[in-house]
Amino acid sequence: MVETGNLKNEALLLLGCPQVPVQTSLALYVAHNLRKRGCRPVIAGTTAARKLMEVADPGHYYIEEMNDIDDTIDEITGKQRDYDLCFVFIHNDSGIAYAGTMAYISSARVYALIFGEHAEELAEEIEFPCEIVAAKAVHNPMPLKRRIDEVMEWAVVSKR
Amino acid sequence: MGGCLEAMKPEILLSQSSFKEAREFIRKNIKEYYEVEPGYRILDVHIIGVPPLYVGIEGDQLVFPYTKPCHGTFVVKIPGGDEIARLRERKKK
Repeated sequence: MVETGNLKNEALLLLGCPQVPVQTSLALYVAHNLRKRGCRPVIAGTTAARKLMEVADPGHYYIEEMNDIDDTIDEITGKQRDYDLCFVFIHNDSGIAYAGTMAYISSARVYALIFGEHAEELAEEIEFPCEIVAAKAVHNPMPLKRRIDEVMEWAVVSKR
Repeated sequence: MGGCLEAMKPEILLSQSSFKEAREFIRKNIKEYYEVEPGYRILDVHIIGVPPLYVGIEGDQLVFPYTKPCHGTFVVKIPGGDEIARLRERKKK
């Protein structure tokens, strides 16, 4: 059973285009691990990415709050809200662009979770401050899951 | 595209590029351009990417990069309206 008590820290999970199958699975996995460690996950994503999450988690067991990606950027740039951690799910150039934007506008520690056929090449494109977690994963989430496991404990503990 | 921007039927100068290609396109092809910060808002869209990010002015038109999560970055041109004065004012600061 995942703990659902009073979670004080908040982590933003920013989901781009859900074209690569592992994205929804890994987002739920990250949300689960955050909640276990006392951190409340909040999803920001495209309409399609959010619909996939809604269908996968109909009881809101892992995710209580999901918001439009542009509304989330508005809130952060307007200083209305910010997060302790930010996990950006990346499999294309747009994902890199969104991660770079988050690194600039948010005070959160940014994690670039890079997957897909060209994960290594995309990782080399990153030239801004963030933690890079990359693995070639398209249909099989395990390569990136293992990398996430390596950083997750440290990610949450280091923000306390 | 964002509803408001789409309703303006923007001219598309560059399609499905990277945000870096869009940056270079504006820098090389637009004489008057201004650097804006990531998240800078024009109509209902934000300028997304890693600095430097540029918004150009060509006559009474704005030229800027528009990033779609699924389709990459486009360089679009729309009537500038009040945004032109807002951009030029930033340079004075």
